[in-house]
Amino acid sequence: MAETNGGVRVLVGTRKGGFVLTSDAKRENWDVSGPHFAGWEIYHMKGSPVDPNRIWASQSSGWFGQLIQRSDDGGKTWTPVDNKFVYDGVPGTHQWYDGTPHPWEFKRVWHLEPCLTDPDTVYAGIEDAALFKTTDGGKSWNELSGLRKHGSGPRWQPGAGGMCLHTIVLDPAAPGRIFIAISAAGAFRSEDAGETWQPINQGLRSEFIPDPNAEVGHCVHRIAMHPSRPDVLYMQKHWDVMRSDNGGASWHEVSGNLPTDFGFVIDVHAHEPETIYVVPIKSDSEHYPPDGKLRVYRSRTGGNDWEALTNGLPQSNCYVNVLRDAMAVDKLDPCGIYFGTTGGQVYGSSNAGDDWKAIVRDLPAVLSVEVQSLGGNGNA
Amino acid sequence: MKPVPIRVVLPAHLRTLSGAGMEITVPVAGPVTQRSILDALERQYPMLQGTLRDHVTQRRRPFVRFFACEEDYSHESPDTPLPEAVASGAEPFLIVGAIAGGSGLVERP
Repeated sequence: MAETNGGVRVLVGTRKGGFVLTSDAKRENWDVSGPHFAGWEIYHMKGSPVDPNRIWASQSSGWFGQLIQRSDDGGKTWTPVDNKFVYDGVPGTHQWYDGTPHPWEFKRVWHLEPCLTDPDTVYAGIEDAALFKTTDGGKSWNELSGLRKHGSGPRWQPGAGGMCLHTIVLDPAAPGRIFIAISAAGAFRSEDAGETWQPINQGLRSEFIPDPNAEVGHCVHRIAMHPSRPDVLYMQKHWDVMRSDNGGASWHEVSGNLPTDFGFVIDVHAHEPETIYVVPIKSDSEHYPPDGKLRVYRSRTGGNDWEALTNGLPQSNCYVNVLRDAMAVDKLDPCGIYFGTTGGQVYGSSNAGDDWKAIVRDLPAVLSVEVQSLGGNGNA
Repeated sequence: MKPVPIRVVLPAHLRTLSGAGMEITVPVAGPVTQRSILDALERQYPMLQGTLRDHVTQRRRPFVRFFACEEDYSHESPDTPLPEAVASGAEPFLIVGAIAGGSGLVERP
């Protein structure tokens, strides 16, 4: 159901700080606050669906490591919480880029996924890939080690950005059901709140994996789900846009008429489960849009038939990238779509992608974009 | 043994994080070493835990360096006594971010 009477709060993580963009439901005029945590990499910021004033931020630095920040007032003030991410037991080795064993080492938190029902519970996807969880509002983090100990861990390998767990999708219809994705291990599903996991990569094909039936090793870039149809999953893989109609048990390609099926983001319209969005990127060696034209592609048929959305987006000399966590949709009507670029622009559309406008143009490189749809009281 | 106030200079990012000024003092009881200073610093500013040394191994983070009296103590044992000038408060213990360090060297695909 559409939420129409409040506004929106867009949370933008960048290479040099976090920004909070707010607007009323018209989404025409924006207030920009930030940089929060100036100079630090903010890989991800996301608000609790239970208490939208509670926002979590992953703050990191090559010098000073990982911090987790929590706001309880909608991003006005922040408090550092526990930043101790320690693997359960001896973590062993995964594959290095050249196939040799390499020790598991914590590097950073890529993604924070707040629980759908409890504001004190949050999942964290980290590099080197593992899933952590707090149930006490960030006072402590514990690994859900059934994933890393699934048995295929020694065969996981890093993608170009590192061996990161970057996607966490919670099923609103089945509280124990979690989907995650790792570059480059693939997608996994748990039915028991993260205790045990199974790989869900049947149907994926990757040129760099000789075995067409490989259980793991695929470079999944992003998975998206519409909450009303949790068995339907959409995936932007390294190459290929994929779809599953059975909770990931099998996948089929829906790249259709896209100009290139390489890319990072994928998302679903808030009110139309068959309407999906991607931003095609030329190739894995040329991380920019084809022909210097920044185009969002929309399919209203759940894939295969795609239309280019260009109105308001640069259509010449544009060579930015849109990274995997840098697209989000609001729940207003019409649905709003937002994405950020490595050139520091955050574009928004308040009419489901028909027209676009740069909300901000000159931020540091954007790593992530999330949006909160706010209620009529401005808070929740 | 009565704690002695030890002067510590933090790098800019950790000043912002801790809310401390450029130079702070922390009370250290017993031998004045890297470890005893960092222990005292983390007690006074818990948000600095994990930013200077690994939570578990307690090893110095690779892009953090420690100086005292114009000497580099980064590669000394954390239990090596620091110069008397630091122990007496005449000179500060300097925590420095390596000039060429940091991530962001690899694009995040």
